[in-house]
Amino acid sequence: MNPLDAVPPVAPEREKLTKKAVTADHPTWCPACGDFAVLASFYKVLEKRQLPHENIVTLAGIGCSSRFPYFVNSHGAHFIHGRSVPLASAISLARPELHVFLFGGDGDGLSIGGNHLEHGARKNINLTYVIMDNFVYGLTKKQTSPTSPIGYKSKTDPTGAIDHPVNPIKKLIAAGATFVARTHAAQVNHMIQMIERAMDHDGFSVIECLSECIEFFPGAFDAGNPRKGGEFKVIEEKKWDDTPEDEARHDVTDEIAAYRLANVPFPGLFGVFYEIDRPTKNALEQKWVQSARAKLNHASDLEILQKTFDRMK
Amino acid sequence: VEWPYRGYYRTRKNLNGSSNGAVSDPTLLGAASEESATRQTAQIRRGDASFVRCIVGAPRFSPYLFAPFCGYSICALRVDNAPVLLLASLNTHTVSSSPVLPESATPTSAGRADLRPEHIRDAVIRLAGNSQDGIQTVGAFLARLAGRSAQEVMTYMTIPSTISGGPSIFQVRIGSGEVLSAGDEADFLVAFYQHSYDEHIYFLREGGVLLYDSDQFQPNLEDKRFVYVGVPITGLTVEALGGTAKDKGKNIFVLGLLASIFRLNPDKLKGLIRERFGGKDESVVNTAITAFQAGYAYPVGNVLTHLYEFEPSPRKSERAQVTMDGNQALAYGLIAAGVRYGAGYPITPWSSVMEILRSEFPKYGGLFVQAEDELASVSLALGFSYSGWLAVTGSAGPGISLKAEAIGWASMAEIPLIVINVQRGGPSTGLPTNVEQSDLHQAVFGGHGDSPRVVLAPATVEDCFYIAIEAARIARKYSTPVFILSDSSLATRIEAFDEPNLSEVMVDPKPDLSPRPPGVKPYPLEQITQHAPPGTRMLDGKYPVVTGLEHDEMGHPTASARLHSAMTAKRRKKYQQLGDELPVPPVHGAQEGETLLIGWGSTYGPISEAVNRAQERGERVGSLHLRHLHPLPTGLEAVFDRFKRIVVVEMNDQGLYGYGQLATLLRARFCNPKIESFTKTDGLTFRVREIVEGALK
Repeated sequence: MNPLDAVPPVAPEREKLTKKAVTADHPTWCPACGDFAVLASFYKVLEKRQLPHENIVTLAGIGCSSRFPYFVNSHGAHFIHGRSVPLASAISLARPELHVFLFGGDGDGLSIGGNHLEHGARKNINLTYVIMDNFVYGLTKKQTSPTSPIGYKSKTDPTGAIDHPVNPIKKLIAAGATFVARTHAAQVNHMIQMIERAMDHDGFSVIECLSECIEFFPGAFDAGNPRKGGEFKVIEEKKWDDTPEDEARHDVTDEIAAYRLANVPFPGLFGVFYEIDRPTKNALEQKWVQSARAKLNHASDLEILQKTFDRMK
Repeated sequence: VEWPYRGYYRTRKNLNGSSNGAVSDPTLLGAASEESATRQTAQIRRGDASFVRCIVGAPRFSPYLFAPFCGYSICALRVDNAPVLLLASLNTHTVSSSPVLPESATPTSAGRADLRPEHIRDAVIRLAGNSQDGIQTVGAFLARLAGRSAQEVMTYMTIPSTISGGPSIFQVRIGSGEVLSAGDEADFLVAFYQHSYDEHIYFLREGGVLLYDSDQFQPNLEDKRFVYVGVPITGLTVEALGGTAKDKGKNIFVLGLLASIFRLNPDKLKGLIRERFGGKDESVVNTAITAFQAGYAYPVGNVLTHLYEFEPSPRKSERAQVTMDGNQALAYGLIAAGVRYGAGYPITPWSSVMEILRSEFPKYGGLFVQAEDELASVSLALGFSYSGWLAVTGSAGPGISLKAEAIGWASMAEIPLIVINVQRGGPSTGLPTNVEQSDLHQAVFGGHGDSPRVVLAPATVEDCFYIAIEAARIARKYSTPVFILSDSSLATRIEAFDEPNLSEVMVDPKPDLSPRPPGVKPYPLEQITQHAPPGTRMLDGKYPVVTGLEHDEMGHPTASARLHSAMTAKRRKKYQQLGDELPVPPVHGAQEGETLLIGWGSTYGPISEAVNRAQERGERVGSLHLRHLHPLPTGLEAVFDRFKRIVVVEMNDQGLYGYGQLATLLRARFCNPKIESFTKTDGLTFRVREIVEGALK
């Protein structure tokens, strides 16, 4: 039997998905944490897109931001530290009708889970991953994170961080992610736009979202926030309108150009750095399944196994 | 004669039997002068080699091959712009090293012409060579043939952990009665090299037959305990197959020899050869058949006073036998159990399970993912299970350690999962290709926090199939990780067993996506958790989050002391319920008396055979084999009470306090001072004799 056959069709009549319907527990985050804005943006996206409620899956690893699934009323799992990408990959591969959303922080995604991020990207598994990057370990109360800037004073680097920080955008492009974007928790509209584009992308789509830790790294992202005197510099994407000004705009399929934009010093640029079409593992595996099943003339499971055993007699 | 081109001498390796014989060095043979070539040829001739082939070629031409003719080969090669070279190739393979049959070991002086087969019930044949010789293939052929002839069969093999090469053995025991172990000593030893002879002659019983490659070495013929049969295996194979194959194919040649010695059905074997190599180039099949024919046609009557024939098996079963190894049985058992998804990472001896599943699952609409590491593989498997498809992951001990954290999550979040551990010698990289049962405590206790899990162990290759089905049943019913502790001896040995009745045992794997009524709790305190997979409509609009944090019945995180106690008890009670559900396994042999042997896993065969031997001597000995190791079936005390001694036999260390891992568990569980421990850690399977002498003394 094809596993897909087991999925019942979506009932035609259903209530509108309201913000109330997708809201669960009140977040346990500190007041004024940047993550509230990410959550609010996600609610907005769900409300706007009206996905079948039962097909939304919210997943996370460990960290402040990884508490996310408890605050969203949808199917969800709160997994272990750093391994949410493989968990989410399996759900996406086995159940293509589900919308797999993954939330986590910089420690979860770029440190303990760094290897899985690379391989999820390389395999191009169809899911959307929001890395809420606050440059610090917040849940464990102020240790240096993989994105902490050099000189940042934490409990593990009392004289200032000395290790070169990870550039998540460069890491993702190099690993083969097919959608790489960056946004800021203080820019709700931009955030919504990025989440929507990421979920529409067929493949491994990742958004680095600068989300301030009000407790342990206050003001970290003021430089990217116009309300705090900073500048929110958005990447202008090519419109392919043959105008002279289009020349200067960014081609999101140009890997080298994306890499160059990712090198712009902090607070850097915001928007889509890189977006290409490459077959997903979901599609490639399905192709294999289809050809294997076609070769067997769609025989029943029992017939296939019986045939195998006949060969071992 | 001029010698303008570089000469190519195709000679078999180690022509003169020495391990680094100079004559096999092509650079030396390819000497650029006729003089040196002649000298080399003469050297070859002077050696004790029985067969020489020289091929001369030019760089622009492929070597010209020729067939032996009337015992002598004439090699003619025409090279453009160069003189014609003629080389005579000596072909003196007539059995110069004629067998030496010690008088004591010559039961009959029957003439060679009228050899009468001796009927035997049971034979242990050990093939010893190097891993690249393909002796496993020969063993597998013999095993499958035995299986098809309704004979009982069991094999045993060791493979070196080196990448290529190194000594390797394959042992096959074929019997007309019940075969429980691969045998304590060999009736027949096939030695390909000096080192094979040196290492394994001890294993040959007195009066046993040593079949050896007389092109490679000479055994110590002074040792009159054995029957010596020298056959120039290498030379004859090269001769039969021609130059390019070198001595590849001598395994199939030996198969032909054995088929003639044991009067096995040559047509059936040829059929197996065609099946085995069928998918490849036709020439591969033809080469193999040619090698087989050459071996089969070899006049063994000239060198052996006995032929053997297996008595027809008395076993009458309506079902045909299937022949496979333990890893195959596990893989197909999982498929029968409705498992359709999984993930893994390569490690010996687990890898072949994932290789099979990677190819097989797509046929059933599923998927097996090779992950970037062990942590990802268990996480993927949990993702599959969470999405409604009970999934499998596996490894050997070191890899299981890496999976441990995620398995703890499965305990807490109550997600079903099958974890296969094909055990090897440990700790760390340890003995990657040897057998040990030293991961029992890792499986039972290897979690953080209070995280009980189910641990099962298959007893035989056949049981690997059924234990997979049992593991899936338990995992689904109790929403729990289930370990299957196999080991490298089960993984690599081939057994024939009754074909399972698939229409009875196969399970329909559909995830339950039916809408859930209002009020459903993901973690009810009074019931066993059964999760609603994503995609399931929750009619009260409340969607569940599965979690590794301690939680209340709705899955909300909580640090409540009362709830942590209650939830820990909830997670424990389901295993106690499972223990009550499990039947007490039957006792083999005496039902009460002197000694009860207790075993688990792959030691089933030797322990049962040890009990049989003790009973033949009139001792009141029984054995109990545990398939469910954690939780233990309720009610074992009653069995223990019927025996004076209880000895737990297992392949692990006696530990700091003098007891093996299962013995420790049983003593903790039953506080029974009668429980003793008999262990060993030599990385090899138990021999029956070791158990008789060690545990039944």
